[in-house]
Amino acid sequence: MTQLIAKDLSLEFFKEMLRIRMIEEAIANRYSEQKMRCPVHLSIGQEAVAVGVCKAVLHTDRLISNHRAHAHYLAKGGDLKKMMAEIYGKKTGCCLGRGGSMHLVDMSVGMMGSTPIVGGSIPVGVGLAFATFLKKESDITAIFFGEGSTEEGVFVESLNFAALKKLPVLFVCENNLYSVYSPLDVRQPKERDRIAIAKAHGIFTKGGFGNDVEEVYQVAQEAVDSIRSGNGPAYIEFETYRHREHCGPNFDNHIGYRTEEEFLSWEKKCPLKIHRNKLKGLSEKDFEDLRSEISHEIEEAIQFAEKSPFPSFDPDLENPYATNSL
Amino acid sequence: MTRQIKYNEAILEATDQAMELDPRIYLMGLGVPDPKGIFGTLDGLAKKYGPNRVMDMPTSENAMTGIGIGSAIGGMRPIMTHQRVDFFLLALDQLINNAAKWHYMFGGEMTAPIVIRLIIGRGWGQGPQHSQSLQSFFAHIPGLKVVMPSNPYDAKGLLLSAVEDNNPVVYLEHRWLHGVFGEVPKEMYRVPIGKAKIVRPGTDVTLVACSHMVLEAYRAAKWLEEDGVSVEIIDVRSVKPLDKETILTSLQKTGRLVVADPDWKFVGFSSEILAVGVEEGFSFLKCAPARIAYPDRLCPTSWALANHFYPTAKEIAFEVLKMMGKKVKAQIYFEEIMKQFSKESMDVPSKEFTGPF
Repeated sequence: MTQLIAKDLSLEFFKEMLRIRMIEEAIANRYSEQKMRCPVHLSIGQEAVAVGVCKAVLHTDRLISNHRAHAHYLAKGGDLKKMMAEIYGKKTGCCLGRGGSMHLVDMSVGMMGSTPIVGGSIPVGVGLAFATFLKKESDITAIFFGEGSTEEGVFVESLNFAALKKLPVLFVCENNLYSVYSPLDVRQPKERDRIAIAKAHGIFTKGGFGNDVEEVYQVAQEAVDSIRSGNGPAYIEFETYRHREHCGPNFDNHIGYRTEEEFLSWEKKCPLKIHRNKLKGLSEKDFEDLRSEISHEIEEAIQFAEKSPFPSFDPDLENPYATNSL
Repeated sequence: MTRQIKYNEAILEATDQAMELDPRIYLMGLGVPDPKGIFGTLDGLAKKYGPNRVMDMPTSENAMTGIGIGSAIGGMRPIMTHQRVDFFLLALDQLINNAAKWHYMFGGEMTAPIVIRLIIGRGWGQGPQHSQSLQSFFAHIPGLKVVMPSNPYDAKGLLLSAVEDNNPVVYLEHRWLHGVFGEVPKEMYRVPIGKAKIVRPGTDVTLVACSHMVLEAYRAAKWLEEDGVSVEIIDVRSVKPLDKETILTSLQKTGRLVVADPDWKFVGFSSEILAVGVEEGFSFLKCAPARIAYPDRLCPTSWALANHFYPTAKEIAFEVLKMMGKKVKAQIYFEEIMKQFSKESMDVPSKEFTGPF
């Protein structure tokens, strides 16, 4: 980790993480209004992985994600207004109101979708990369998944095929220590080394601290370089922590599956705090200006979502089949 | 007065009593010991029975189902729980290729007594991947039993029968039923698998329903009563084996068959009931039978669209009146029209439900 990160890029990291944090907090603050009528899995606390990885890939590279997809979508450049409208169930949402928070898509920036079935999007991501391989294209597909997904058979099956065909896949494991309320130690033996499992497929692997955006970026950059050199897929893993409940807007340290102490120790390691300490040039005034600029953008997006019409019911539009016309 | 408890409490009581009685029973599933106790259906059991009998598991649905089946073949009585039907689809291989066939395939020596509790999601933007019921999917497979209790009494009695059954039983519970109250005796009792129940006697129409649709059928039957139509509601309780006798006996009396099913219509449970009515009760039928079930589309997330996905008592009443050659009441039309232009979401089971799941 000796490589220096340009000052501009470092500031960019901070802006993007702050933006995601403020968007998620705005959702949390308004959730009780009962207008966002779908499950929401907030990314608060996990912003650095999304931002660090997305900064290491190109705009044209692809990303596929899971139930906790807001940060991934936003870091990849997904349209904020369309995301908000989707959460509000509106016609102007990124899935026309059909998907909600767990299904985010913005193909214009390579955000290829997100699904909440555990591990379900991993092979689809490998398939996207397989298509680029068959078409002799060079885009990378980044697959974001949690450590819970590595307990699925499909995880290893996907790794195997990606390695076999040397596909341009960036496997990104976000280990936030819990699968809903189930801690890692009731699901995987202490000795289970996911990085070693991936490494056994002969691919590039590396771990890092997921709340340090610079570290995430550098690990991801190394992995991306390896993929672009034609070495096939790479697996990177980051330890991080979600601040709020698994699903919903609240804190839930009181209900008993994790301790307040644990939460506080991770709050001290909040990715925004860590990175702000590293940023030298950002004055209090710059910070406030940045916040107010982002607030304005969020307010605009929420207004857009609130004012947008609901999808009107038309049986023809509800048809789940694609047409065969060319 | 008999004790009234909620559906989720009835599941909890049945599970607790069964575990006390039979040390072979253990629970597994992602989050079974969690602080919310799988929507209150397993509250406190982790503390009472410890981690070997109330076991959290890796997010490995297929392998864990296979492991559950193996342990059942080896003499245990696992109850597996998934927070949504949709999560279980990864394990269809183990369920269909192993659990359903083991007993028969190996000459009838061994049994695979596993109970798989699956929760059907609905509302609050559950969307395409958290809202599937799929009872006909499971019921299609010889070797599986499929039950769908609609009320707390059956929830308890069917679960107790399921854990004592020597076959794999898929126990489907609708998320909107967890909070429903009903009379439930404290002591252990069994509701036999494969026995339907006439929950409301009537003479004009046989209305066959299951799970949450039984509640909608009740509401429809009350409106229809005001219009002079007497509806007999049959709650099948078990989708498989199916109690054809109760259905056909009722059909012989009424001559009219309507099915209300909380699942897709195409190749669905409702199709099967119609097949029974036509194949085995053709001479009883006074008119073509009718079905109220989900349209052949995906369940959208936005409530504005989901309002149009789920059929309710109105659709049932509408069909029955049409079948009876009666004028559809203005009230029903009005409510239909209101639904089309509704600014109100219909995505929660009650006003107390404020999300997120």
